[in-house]
Amino acid sequence: MSVTQTTSLGGAHSPAHEEHHHESPTPIGFWIYLMSDCIIFGTLFATYAVLGYSYAGGPSPKDLFEPGFVLIETALLLISSVTFGVAMLRASAGQLGSTVNWLIVTGLFGAGFIAMEIYEFNHLIHIGAGPDRSAFLSAFFALVGTHGLHVTFGLVWLITLTVQLKIHGLNEANMRRMGTLSMFWHFLDLIWIGVFSFVYLVRII
Amino acid sequence: MSDHSNAHSHGTMNQLMTGFAMAVVLTLVPFALVMSGVEMDRTLLIGIIMGLGGVQVIVHLVYFLHVNSKVEQGWTLTATIFAVVILGIVLAGSLWVMHNMNANMLPMDHDALMGGQGIGLSPEVDHSNMPGMDHSTTGN
Amino acid sequence: MANDAINPYLGPVSPIFGRLTWDWIPYHEPILIGTFAGVALGGLVVLALMTKFRLWGPLWRDWVTTVDHKKIGIMYMVLGFIMFVRGFADAIMMRAQQALAAGGAEGYLPPHHFDQVFTAHGVIMIFFVAMAFITGIMNFVMPTQIGARDVAFPFLNNFSFWMTVAGALLVNISLFIGEFARVGWLAFPPLSGKDFSPGPGVDYYIWALQIAGVGTTLSGINMITTIFKMRAPGMKLFDMPVFTWTTLCANFLIVAAFPVLTATLALLTLDRYVGTHFFTNDLGGNPMMYINLIWIWGHPEVYILILPIFGVFAEIAQTFSGKPLFGYKTMVWATISIMILSFLVWLHHFFTMGSGANVNTFFGIATMIIAVPTGVKVFNWLFTMYKGHVRFEVPMMWTIAFIITFTIGGMSGVMLAIPPVDFQLHNTLFLVAHFHNVAIGGVVFGVYAAVAFWWPKAFGFKLDDRWGHRSFWLWVIGFYLAFMPLYALGLMGATRRVNAYLDIGWQIYFVVAAVGVVFILAGILCGFYGMFYSVMHRKELACGPDPWNARTLDWATSSPPAPYNFPQTIHVRGLDEFWRMKKEGFKWSTHYQPIHMPHYTAAGVLLAAASLVFGFAMVWWMWWLAALSFVAILVIAIGHTFNYNRDYYIPAEEVAEIEAKGAAA
Repeated sequence: MSVTQTTSLGGAHSPAHEEHHHESPTPIGFWIYLMSDCIIFGTLFATYAVLGYSYAGGPSPKDLFEPGFVLIETALLLISSVTFGVAMLRASAGQLGSTVNWLIVTGLFGAGFIAMEIYEFNHLIHIGAGPDRSAFLSAFFALVGTHGLHVTFGLVWLITLTVQLKIHGLNEANMRRMGTLSMFWHFLDLIWIGVFSFVYLVRII
Repeated sequence: MSDHSNAHSHGTMNQLMTGFAMAVVLTLVPFALVMSGVEMDRTLLIGIIMGLGGVQVIVHLVYFLHVNSKVEQGWTLTATIFAVVILGIVLAGSLWVMHNMNANMLPMDHDALMGGQGIGLSPEVDHSNMPGMDHSTTGN
Repeated sequence: MANDAINPYLGPVSPIFGRLTWDWIPYHEPILIGTFAGVALGGLVVLALMTKFRLWGPLWRDWVTTVDHKKIGIMYMVLGFIMFVRGFADAIMMRAQQALAAGGAEGYLPPHHFDQVFTAHGVIMIFFVAMAFITGIMNFVMPTQIGARDVAFPFLNNFSFWMTVAGALLVNISLFIGEFARVGWLAFPPLSGKDFSPGPGVDYYIWALQIAGVGTTLSGINMITTIFKMRAPGMKLFDMPVFTWTTLCANFLIVAAFPVLTATLALLTLDRYVGTHFFTNDLGGNPMMYINLIWIWGHPEVYILILPIFGVFAEIAQTFSGKPLFGYKTMVWATISIMILSFLVWLHHFFTMGSGANVNTFFGIATMIIAVPTGVKVFNWLFTMYKGHVRFEVPMMWTIAFIITFTIGGMSGVMLAIPPVDFQLHNTLFLVAHFHNVAIGGVVFGVYAAVAFWWPKAFGFKLDDRWGHRSFWLWVIGFYLAFMPLYALGLMGATRRVNAYLDIGWQIYFVVAAVGVVFILAGILCGFYGMFYSVMHRKELACGPDPWNARTLDWATSSPPAPYNFPQTIHVRGLDEFWRMKKEGFKWSTHYQPIHMPHYTAAGVLLAAASLVFGFAMVWWMWWLAALSFVAILVIAIGHTFNYNRDYYIPAEEVAEIEAKGAAA
């Protein structure tokens, strides 16, 4: 949305040089979106903090959570965050093929994370610890599930962008999209820090 | 998008790897503390885990998300601080308000208060006969 | 509407129609059938006229798919006024009912109908009237105040608008198919849980708000980014007009507060659809957590509505006083303080819920503190007028009425902020009087002022003065007649949300309030007729780009502004740039260059249509349709990202042509 304009309005305006060039508003706009998303998570964290001890006679975190399992999930997500970082660097260097490959690697790690989460949820529901068992489990499923839905959405976006990179290459629009997806992906890893610390670890001590 | 902001938003391999190394350490330490079943004061341990989590959030912000006071004339940082303030209000406020309300309304022991008593109660025999729980008429 | 006999858990659930059966169509309710016939007939007339005058193409190209912030702003205003008529009809019904139903008389609205009416009234007035109005005004005015050509994300702007429309449609569909919620405008559980509200009413409420909420949040992001990135070169933060400042702060509140609403409603949705226990009475759920969370959103929401209106009044006060705003910087800092403080007072909505003295004291004091920056603003407006050459045009009249009315409302608010007083007045009509005092005295007066003020900018002719004054006086008199009695009733102990009462002594107050509503109705009709009259007499009322001798850049454009707003980039040197330019005898250069503009797109309206279908399917448990429309949403959204051709240039010759026409007009 830039207009290059040479004017001297009313004589008093500084004449000329003006490259009235707006930088892309997308990065800051997307960041503001992430901050608002962060507050959605904050609300779910608050709900977990308040209702997380309401077991209603049902299982407690110690009965359900397995730190080793969560550690592997954490590792998958952290590594995917780093591989996305590499993809981003490759894209900045203009290496299309390598960018796409690193994106695919990122996607595989992300898919692994989602697979583990689906397994965990399925297992919990199977042993009678589903979201309808107690307020604690409702809050757990809502928070972790919302994070998982975000990662799933990130995967859909990642696939879409990979296709678009294949079609259009590393043009300006695609670089911008790489930048926003990168923010989104790193942001989800950041939320996960809160999840593994606050939802899992401190509750199994 | 100018080169200037590109350089900021994508970082370097060096930054990425530094961030990765720090994140690994900051992840492994709390997991090790919990999984090894270390003998430690519970509150202190919770403090350490949450503290390390907080540090790791900052590491991610700086090394992966490249937030600093220069990008976008500082608006990224401003928006982040604003969000953190609101998060703090929502979390601390909810805990304070809800804890205070629970403490004032139901003179029961912790477990019962938090729902142990609630099992199997049908809506008809809810807590609404207890003092101060007339929430259906609350607010504007 | 709905007969209580229908229990969806016992009733049939068909794989195709979900729980929607003929019993949910209220054909035995004469009021609704009449309304439906009226709406259908009116709709048919409009359709016929549009076809006759071949308006479908222009409507689609110039309005429905537009990404122009000014047209989107105008469409928000149209939506706001349509929904205002709906919400006001609810108000008339309630006032009529309560004027009649004293001392054992039942009136004409049975409780289950009355409950839907007050719920719909609150929901519509807040989410689809007040929010639509302020979003419309911000959309129309703010980009031109900062010298921008459009908002940062023009497509998103169009999408946001249509999502708001989809939410509004869902609320109105509930009138003829099924029922609306009977739970009050914030749907507190456990009443709104599936055990006590098994029907589709609460689900209509949830999905309407969620769909509209997507639009609101995205629009908030869009506005903030616009102010960050699209300001004319040279415009520093403290060069921005006050309205832009209040827009910035209000939108910060939107992106910070609306996620809380989204998450809270999502948890209520889970309780209702998959049997979780967040807000239930059993298995550890805690309904008070809902009330806590919803008010964390709810109180900032109040300031989301009023902050931009404060900005409107500041612009009007300085324009019609012929001098710069008194205390511009204090005004800005007061706005920022209110933005932060508004997140620290939410508990004053539920002092009586059982918190201890320490919590109630904290939130009581915080509430009183927030009155301080608001008071600063009142003095700023007053001192702006002081020793100015005040012109009592219609927008200025609204401003004066606002200052008086809002101050009264603010004072009754500070009374309610004292916990012991609140224990007495909580849930009475005193509270109802208080928030109408600030909502009507603030937001509604502000919208009328803004419409009168910026109408000439939007359409190139002024609104007729006489009809404007008639509307103004009827509204103000009507307001005081309608709401002052409610203060008295509240002090006498009349609770809100009851359709009948026994004390005959109260009836006279309710009758006076009903008379007030008749005055307001006359004020509304005069307002609409004034618009119609002005359109008919637009030749006589035609005006130039700057009919009020204003100070800010929005008046530097032609009236109505060209699609690109400014033919050339403006270089800003300080506050009130347009005033400076006028004093220097500014003229646009005739040396034009091509202007870069975004393309219109149908993706926004299609996405919103699919979302509307999705919401409707979820309300009625038509799972196949919900899945189908969800896939449609994904396909349209992803498909839209494959369109890389999003912008074009208006050639310099065309710019020259448009400008020549504008100069001639």
